[in-house]
Amino acid sequence: MITDKRKSKSDLTLIGTPMRKIEGLDKSTGRAVYTDDIVLPGMLHGKILRSPYPHARIVSIDVSEAKKLEGVHAVITGADMPTKYGIIPWTADEYPLCTDRVRYVGDAIAAVAAVDEDRAIRALELIRVEYEELPAFFDPHEALAADGSTPYVHEPKKEGGNGNVTKQVHLEFGEVDELMAGSDVIVEGQYFFEGSTHTPIEPHCAIGLWDGVGKLTVWSATQVPHYLHRELARVLELDPARVRVLQPLVGGAFGGKSEPFDLEFCVAKLSMLAGRPVKILYTREEVFYAHRGRHPFHMKYQTGSTKDGKLTSINAEILLDGGAYASFGLVTTYYAGQLLCAPYSMPAYRFDSTRLYTNKPACGPKRGHGSVQPRFAFEIQIDKLSEKVGLDPFEFRRRNFIGSNTRTVNELRVTSNGFLECLELVERASRWRRKFRRLPFGRGVGVAGSTYISGTNYPIYPNEMPQSGVQMQVDRSGRVSVFSGASEIGQGCDSMVAYIAAEELGVPLEYVRVLRGDTDFTPVDLGAYSSRVTFMLGNAAIDAATKLREMVQKAVAGEWEVEVSEVLLAGGMAMWAPDTERQMPIREAFNLAESAFGTLGATGWYNTPKDIHGEYRGGTIGASPAYSFTAHVAEVEVDVETGVVEVEKIWIAHDCGRALNPVLVEGQMEGSAYMGFGEALMEEQIFKSAEQGRAGLHNAPSLLDYRIPTSLDTPELESLIVESIDPEGPYGAKEAGEGPLHPSIPAIANAIYDAIGVRVDRLPFSPPNMWRAIEEAREAGTLGTPPVPDGPQVTTGKPQTKTASSRS
Amino acid sequence: MGLSDTVAAARLGGHLFVMPAATQIVRLNVNGDLKEIGVPMHFTLLEALRYELGLTGSKQGCDKGDCGACTVILDGRPTLSCITPVCEAEGHSVMTVEGLADTDGPHPLQDAFDLHGAAQCGFCTPGILCSAAALLEHTISPSRKEIKEALAGNLCRCTGYSKIYDAVMSAAQRLQVEAHLDGSSE
Repeated sequence: MITDKRKSKSDLTLIGTPMRKIEGLDKSTGRAVYTDDIVLPGMLHGKILRSPYPHARIVSIDVSEAKKLEGVHAVITGADMPTKYGIIPWTADEYPLCTDRVRYVGDAIAAVAAVDEDRAIRALELIRVEYEELPAFFDPHEALAADGSTPYVHEPKKEGGNGNVTKQVHLEFGEVDELMAGSDVIVEGQYFFEGSTHTPIEPHCAIGLWDGVGKLTVWSATQVPHYLHRELARVLELDPARVRVLQPLVGGAFGGKSEPFDLEFCVAKLSMLAGRPVKILYTREEVFYAHRGRHPFHMKYQTGSTKDGKLTSINAEILLDGGAYASFGLVTTYYAGQLLCAPYSMPAYRFDSTRLYTNKPACGPKRGHGSVQPRFAFEIQIDKLSEKVGLDPFEFRRRNFIGSNTRTVNELRVTSNGFLECLELVERASRWRRKFRRLPFGRGVGVAGSTYISGTNYPIYPNEMPQSGVQMQVDRSGRVSVFSGASEIGQGCDSMVAYIAAEELGVPLEYVRVLRGDTDFTPVDLGAYSSRVTFMLGNAAIDAATKLREMVQKAVAGEWEVEVSEVLLAGGMAMWAPDTERQMPIREAFNLAESAFGTLGATGWYNTPKDIHGEYRGGTIGASPAYSFTAHVAEVEVDVETGVVEVEKIWIAHDCGRALNPVLVEGQMEGSAYMGFGEALMEEQIFKSAEQGRAGLHNAPSLLDYRIPTSLDTPELESLIVESIDPEGPYGAKEAGEGPLHPSIPAIANAIYDAIGVRVDRLPFSPPNMWRAIEEAREAGTLGTPPVPDGPQVTTGKPQTKTASSRS
Repeated sequence: MGLSDTVAAARLGGHLFVMPAATQIVRLNVNGDLKEIGVPMHFTLLEALRYELGLTGSKQGCDKGDCGACTVILDGRPTLSCITPVCEAEGHSVMTVEGLADTDGPHPLQDAFDLHGAAQCGFCTPGILCSAAALLEHTISPSRKEIKEALAGNLCRCTGYSKIYDAVMSAAQRLQVEAHLDGSSE
């Protein structure tokens, strides 16, 4: 059982204070080991041959010359692993290596293992593939309109169906049309969210080791060792008990390593054939093609409100450009609509969401999976409504606040909710009231809010087992060992369990060892995705530590002949609460407990509530044990002559429930806002058309040309933590890793409007896109600072009229 | 020498035979150690460090000089080791992240990165530390702007850079205090 989750601050000694990470010094001294740092005796280099065509039938593959090349130890093709895989069990639609068809430039066809990289590259050049090119789909509208006269990207599931459709969702809550018709104000908008990709600085890497008698070991830079374990066993037809997945430290992921990839199957199969360990490290170009990043969304929103600023009805149509495979797309298609229903109360909501296959690298989950795109559109809609009804955008948001301990219109359960505090903090810190509609032409501020899940109530494959487990043991030296299967990808989850162990068992942090990243000896945690780890693993760790603590308290109480509840464990000591001078070193306390109860160890686990979701098909998707809330204010400067937007500062307020370590929470908030800023201004995962050369080729698969923000690009970021103390989170904690990305983009868009009166509905706000929007506004005569809303809430200062001509 | 020359294939007894890449002996001074290694002609300094010397602290993020994860300090200057031919490092002093610490413990920058949470995934960290250490060698009290400029060639995808600036500032202050104490004790 989980106890004491809502301890007050005075009961906590470590939790809530700034702490170092347990692997922090390893990372700053170069000792930290990542997958590519591992060298095994006799290790071979693997390379993967990839399709140069976006859509083609494979007529034949001849690997005979490659096999003859000296130094080549194994060559494999699709025929060696003819089992489909996919992260979502219902939509398994890809092979580790293509069997008969390639669906994007970069699709994997064959793989080799050779003594070194040069030899492996040479071997790829000797593989002869005969293709029959097929017409390709690059635009989701065209994919949707396809009539079957040319092959669909995938075979239709039902005869006569459109094989280009991955998933369609239509959900409707409340009287959408009636309430829309009765609205005082309706705003409509069309938005386009360009795709973007994760670009972790560490490229994907995996090593396979077959022991020759039935056991497979795979090291991988993955976010989901458990799912990888399952899929390796299934595809390679191995007993899962004889597959071991190790996860060295991961050099960034952001959702880009959250499903199995071709390289993991290839290193395994190549090692099985070669009898030697095999490593594959993606080139940076391959990382761009592996993708699984943000889906491009084409969105239409119709939003109604009363004249005093209460939302009435929302109608959304969304087209998702999914790329060549399903990936997490089934979930994305739901998330596109499901996660919009807080932090604002809405009486009626309808969304139509359709994901299309196209002949481009597959899209999947990127930080803020499926909900960053609709949030961009919706928070601009809110800004438009605020203006129409004459309210300050903060006031509009407050009037529609959904509250805590409530249900959303789509029946998601919301418990703790610190959104109002988030609004208040960014409003004050940014000096909003002095700036909004009052800055000189070309400068502006914008606000946006959002919500995000703290994990999903339902795991990816249906099962009733815990979502997260840990095992903990204490030893005679006073040390605590935590066995954790959670995925450390830089967010700090290994440290998080150590903080909890130290807090509960009263040992100094340096007495805690976290043994991790190995499916052979750690309990299952489902992975680092959907912002689930702190909530679920944290609760599991508290569960295990509490069991141990109670044994130690009992043993010490027996020794001292006092009440169990009077024994405190803190600061490396066991103490008697009424007189803390009475104490013993924690090691002695552990030894007493071991004498009383035998060898000391405990497991702890957490499972999500399974009875809290919407009673409709899809009502389980988006259901989370808790929701985080965020508000941002962005301040921008726009040069209307060049279209260059400079974001000077972003204020980020985030309700994370409780900040277990504020340093790490701020790091997540700042990293999220930075990533949203990059998507807003710079990043585009786009592909060439036939006119630009070879169709389907990535436009810029390098870290120079795919522009992610450098230190000089990134705005000042100010983090403001809000603690709503969630009733079910560990010590009240909720997520902090993904929620704080969402408002960056619409806050910047709304700030651009405040600065120059131009609505930007198409990402990114790059100089070419901005310049086009500015020119249109110039022709329409709308360029200029918009007027101050004249509603009752804006009372400070006098409206100032400023237009483009007043710019000096 | 291009790849096609070094791996020129020739038929030999029914098997394709690849000429081994021409190797060379290179003498490197890395973190104060003199090492002699035999490496293929086309090896970069990064490949020599990681694969021949086992110094895996320096990272490969892009292998073409875009990301900065491979940054080392060559004669006091931050240098992209992934686009530096290994032979060009001969006769120069190379410092990697593994060379920043001394027997007294971690370099103040390394400690500050740990303290301030400046390393999340940590993959860009070794390169950033080398750029920052080179900065502090000649700028004892850098402004935030000078730090931003010094780190502009190092991409970090996790932090948003804020905590990195905090760490560099605090390490600079500590180095100044230590320099002052050293000076006053003499």
